[in-house]
Amino acid sequence: MGFEIETKVWYCYVWLVMHATLAANGGISYKVRNRIMPSRRTIELNLPMSEEAVVALRIGDMVLLNGVVHTARDAAHKRWCEILESEGELPLDLVGGAVYFAGPAPAKPGRPIGSVGPTTSYRMDDYSPLVIERTGIRAMIGKGNRSPEVVEAMMKHKCVYLAAGGGLGALLADRVVSAEVVQYADLGPEAVRRLVVRDFPAIVAIDCHGGNLYESGPARYKLH
Amino acid sequence: MREIDYDLIVERTAELCEKAATRLPDDVKTAIKIGKGGETSPLGAAILADCLKNAEIAETTGCPICQDTGFAVFFIEMGVDARVAGGILEDALTEGTALGYERGFLRKSIVRDPIFNRENTGDNTPPVIHLTLVPGDKLRVTLAPKGGGSENMSAIAMLKPSQGRAGVVDFVVDTVVRAGGNPCPPVVVGVGVGGTFEKCAILAKKALLREIGSRNPNEEYAALETEILERINRSGIGPQGLGGRNTALAAHIENHPCHIASLPVAVNLNCHAARHAVREI
Repeated sequence: MGFEIETKVWYCYVWLVMHATLAANGGISYKVRNRIMPSRRTIELNLPMSEEAVVALRIGDMVLLNGVVHTARDAAHKRWCEILESEGELPLDLVGGAVYFAGPAPAKPGRPIGSVGPTTSYRMDDYSPLVIERTGIRAMIGKGNRSPEVVEAMMKHKCVYLAAGGGLGALLADRVVSAEVVQYADLGPEAVRRLVVRDFPAIVAIDCHGGNLYESGPARYKLH
Repeated sequence: MREIDYDLIVERTAELCEKAATRLPDDVKTAIKIGKGGETSPLGAAILADCLKNAEIAETTGCPICQDTGFAVFFIEMGVDARVAGGILEDALTEGTALGYERGFLRKSIVRDPIFNRENTGDNTPPVIHLTLVPGDKLRVTLAPKGGGSENMSAIAMLKPSQGRAGVVDFVVDTVVRAGGNPCPPVVVGVGVGGTFEKCAILAKKALLREIGSRNPNEEYAALETEILERINRSGIGPQGLGGRNTALAAHIENHPCHIASLPVAVNLNCHAARHAVREI
């Protein structure tokens, strides 16, 4: 047995509590004990996720996503909704999953993906209620506020809206382990991609209880 | 008459595309650093820190700052004593754009037709080109790759002259506040005042190219820039629209004479990844 120390490191929005052990033979081992945020929680979310996991989330929670997310933006949503309306379901299992509003830059050789930040979500507002209702998704990842219709569908079907770092595509690309086109290759950057992510950071911006950080956040910092 | 080789313009244009997508200009980095120091929201400050970290990753790995590597918008100053040898300027810029976006693994974000054929052109062409003739024999190429998210939040208004200064301030501030988190704040606010409908919009875009921290040479407009920036940053929208002090990094106004009947004002927004690059050939 050697010497043990705990220290906090500021990393990616959160304090990481690092627990280090200095062994008698001089070796050092360390592991991340906990992630804390002043007045906020950090939650590791594994995908696919359950209804209970969604219900437990509150605005301001920091999440680190692990597992599969599917990218889809304007053109893919349009096609999805046409299929949902005509056939009732998609040829793609999204139950418990997350849809990431994103169209990545091409991958450089040896990399799984290029820059991959979120696109602005309001453009998906006309499509999201149907997607939430019919596919069983539990999370949407994007940037910017959503319409009352989307929020209503989220509350009814227990879905959460997560804000990822807009304009931080290089940083987020580092959290993507693999990527493959699974639908609509003809759409190029707008194709549906299956991403496997590790510790992909996001913020709960709208929860399934009606909490909305795009409203309460600015209200808190507004100067009169 | 100096001859500038067509192929040289193609190559330099391609290099500009690659550079602009992966290197955040120093003035933008400095503005984010300063903003971070004054940010009262811990989440906002953390987001600004991530913006700087993201820029660093982009610079070292060559991964674009943002996946939306934009519409290639060129402002060209062509010396009247220079001519392009071996082709025409517009073709060289188009070819250079296609080459740069392919070689740099940049995203191709242009569709063939806005309504009837939204098929990707596959090479991010055509670019948008604004050409000015200037004295001398140099060709100065400025590229501002323009992301869709912030462009979508831009607006223009043909105000009544009676609305004056206050009308302009209100319209600009309202446009930014209404945009909320959509254009990836903290934004750079480009404002055009005066001219005609299209001149005003081009002025707003040109205003985005100014170095952050620079002021309009006219004292009254400089004061207007300060007032607009202050009002925007009192809104509380903050980084990514999630609350905080940093909603805009700068507000730049470009002004122009206008018609007796008019007071045009245009607002062009740029995200915090306010990219641009210049090359003189």
